Amino acid sequence: MSFPWANQYQPKSPLMQWVDSRLPLPRLVYNSVGAGYPVPRNINYLYNFGVLAGIALMIQIITGIVLAMHYSAHITTAFDSVEHIMRNVNSGWLIRYMHMNGASFFFIVIYIHIFRGLYYGSYKAPREMVWMLGVLILLLMMATAFMGYVLPWGQMSFWGAQVITSLFSAIPLVGESIRIWLVGGFAPDNATITRFFSLHYVLPFVILGVVILKIWALHIPGSTNPTGVDVQGPQDTLPFHPYFTAKDFFSLTIYLMLFSAFVFFMPNALGHPDNYIPANPLSTPAHIVPEWYLLPFYAILRAFTIDFLWIPAKLWGVIAMFASILLLFFLPWLDTSRVKSATYRPLYKKFYWVLFVNMFLLGYVGAMPAEEPYVRIGQIATAYYFAHFLIIMPLLSFIEKPLPLPNSIAESVFAKAGKKPVTVGAVPSAAQPAPAE
Amino acid sequence: MATTPETMTDGADGVRRRDFIYVATGAFAAVGAAAVVWPFVNQMNPSADVRALATIEIDLSSILPGQAIKTIWQSKPVFVRNLTPVEQDEANKVPLAELRDPQTLADRTKDGNRNWLITLGICTHLGCVPLGASEGENKGDYGGYFCPCHGSHYDTAARIRRGPAPTNLFVPAYAFKTPTLIEIG
Amino acid sequence: MVRLFGFGAGLIFVLALLIGAVIPREASVEDPVKKLHLYPREANLAHDGPFGLGVFGTFDRAQLQRGYQVHKEVCSACHGLERIAFRNLGDLGFTDAEVKALARASEVPTINPQTGEPAMRPALPSDYIPPPFPNETVARLANNNALPPDLSLIVKARPDGQNYLYSLLTGYDKPVPAGHDVPVGLTYNPYFQSVNIAMMKPLNDGQITYADGTEATVEQMSLDVTAFLRWASEPELEIRRQTGVATMIFLFILSILSFLTYRKVWANLK
Repeated sequence: MSFPWANQYQPKSPLMQWVDSRLPLPRLVYNSVGAGYPVPRNINYLYNFGVLAGIALMIQIITGIVLAMHYSAHITTAFDSVEHIMRNVNSGWLIRYMHMNGASFFFIVIYIHIFRGLYYGSYKAPREMVWMLGVLILLLMMATAFMGYVLPWGQMSFWGAQVITSLFSAIPLVGESIRIWLVGGFAPDNATITRFFSLHYVLPFVILGVVILKIWALHIPGSTNPTGVDVQGPQDTLPFHPYFTAKDFFSLTIYLMLFSAFVFFMPNALGHPDNYIPANPLSTPAHIVPEWYLLPFYAILRAFTIDFLWIPAKLWGVIAMFASILLLFFLPWLDTSRVKSATYRPLYKKFYWVLFVNMFLLGYVGAMPAEEPYVRIGQIATAYYFAHFLIIMPLLSFIEKPLPLPNSIAESVFAKAGKKPVTVGAVPSAAQPAPAE
Repeated sequence: MATTPETMTDGADGVRRRDFIYVATGAFAAVGAAAVVWPFVNQMNPSADVRALATIEIDLSSILPGQAIKTIWQSKPVFVRNLTPVEQDEANKVPLAELRDPQTLADRTKDGNRNWLITLGICTHLGCVPLGASEGENKGDYGGYFCPCHGSHYDTAARIRRGPAPTNLFVPAYAFKTPTLIEIG
Repeated sequence: MVRLFGFGAGLIFVLALLIGAVIPREASVEDPVKKLHLYPREANLAHDGPFGLGVFGTFDRAQLQRGYQVHKEVCSACHGLERIAFRNLGDLGFTDAEVKALARASEVPTINPQTGEPAMRPALPSDYIPPPFPNETVARLANNNALPPDLSLIVKARPDGQNYLYSLLTGYDKPVPAGHDVPVGLTYNPYFQSVNIAMMKPLNDGQITYADGTEATVEQMSLDVTAFLRWASEPELEIRRQTGVATMIFLFILSILSFLTYRKVWANLK
């Protein structure tokens, strides 16, 4: 732990002393999410979305395990098994709708969480590893969600699988072999659904592992804060418990209210009606679209319409789609501005909001058929996306003049409140009581 | 907990009490948690389509005296047998003291329908399906059922007479809806 | 180094895109069908509840029974409803005895236990409603090569399904616009996606006699069968909404309690 003034774990009850001396798990909990972990006192509600993402993951895992008790991963029975869950299994409709909408809400939370990171410079040194683990989680989430959507074996399941796996055949020379290897056949069929079920079940636990690594990596330097100024002392922080456990619990109730509004009153609003039609390899739906959270990347995929520099348009689309996510890994080295928070970066802030609107535009284009004027809009929006990260952000590091930063977190809080803040959790190291033995 | 803010306040009498709001929130949240857990536990209970097969009806009109049919109820085999008067006499003649699981034929059938013997087709030893319900199957030494797995012999009232089975074939709850229609379960 | 390579890659992507954007493309041909297609009208049904919000509405069981009668006497000649079991019809307000009778009126395939030949037996409540055709080939042969879809999920399988269904059933009387040729074997219905539908007008005034005496107009039958098919697609609708209302109230109270807790925890600062 990098905070010398952090509270030390001192188990009071004999039971806890017994457990902790044999397996230091209580100590670990205390130091990571308990009173032993100092957090900048000025973090706002945008900083709640990490915890909400963790809870969304738990909801998906629990509802998913339960659904797997009733689901049948075979092309002749998959669709029927989902309807069996909806109609016959006790509370099956509830668990299925929770899982379905839970995926959408997981992505809403993650996108807000990512955009918070972009705004406050959370990806900058020394938190590059935290950020990169996060991008890895995003990739795993997209793979998991894509495979999960195939499992009900509706029209969109099948045709979405068809379109996305056929992307791989764009790779020169080995593409078609890779595609056949992925699909286990010549077109999505039983081999595809069984392997997707297996992988869809296992990847969330991989995600869980990466989440644990991410929290571990984060807890070395601790959280950033809206000023971007580093924590300097106990006057800048508050212990995670009970201050942020209480705040997180409150934000959880709001999250659950929004989630419940969808699950109970508009459970199919975020889905596509075509997926209630059993898959038919002989009949293509009018418009094949992925789930909403993949739409911006679908737009990027379809934006490349001309062969350029001896690379066919289809391959450009595939390269660009993967590049659009992979470039995020390099963000800490693309944006080298010393100032972390966009609050003090007026020029960067403008471009940030343009990117924000651009993502919605890309999502909209992704949902539309590949016709004019959507193609042209999609091309310009995609161009901005790449320009923002690869051209504008590096340039801004050089040419931007940031606003003056506050001297410390406590100072910025004190300036807002007009009074000197009470320091909590401050125990000067000299006065530390000897740990109970 | 000297270094965390007080979650308890000193009452006038010096006794610390948890603040009401913490207790109220905690209790409310606990109730909510229990309410959420219940559907997840209950989903493992039998689903609606399984519950729909909890009872079945069987038409007896095509079973002649001396014949039996096998059917399935709650995923278990059931033997429905129409006993001939000779078979009923044989069953009634057996002294109870000779039986490992003493029951009369009257105990195992319904008044006015003493010829209808309805039992599970599961040997009470280790669960095989005994022979004797279908035409030409070995009925064992007592003219009832015979379990080939370990040699249990059941008589015309499906009572265990010889072999390792401890009890008679189980008679499920059933009722006559009409003289030719029974409902099991 | 990273920035240099990224800058280069960024330039290439942007260039490929902007060139693609400015290149002239052939004018897209406006699909004439798009102009004729109509979006669904509102079907105001009992289960949409006050203000049509869909929060407090419950099914009108008399309407569901009428809708079932329309389906059975008209639609089921060509359309299956295979995900509904006879026992589910108890939800419509039928008694156990009525459900048994409804089941017995249908036959389902079985094997003759004596000969092993395929045979038919009267259905039980636990059986699912048998389809009108044994397979797709027979279905197409009987319907001019069109496949009448199973209706168990039709309301969820179409955008704005409830309103779409109602509009489609009442939309057959729209006059064919001048210059629009309806292909042979199809019928004009502007609420259908491609405007020319393979299903002939299924409902006519007075076609059936309702068991409860309601007048059987096309409008009435369309509303009733739409309500019935909404139930068939979403039998859990009422309990879902009731549980939802209870959950929202609970969470609302919990959010207030947790907010007050949060404020209390933070109160001794500043």
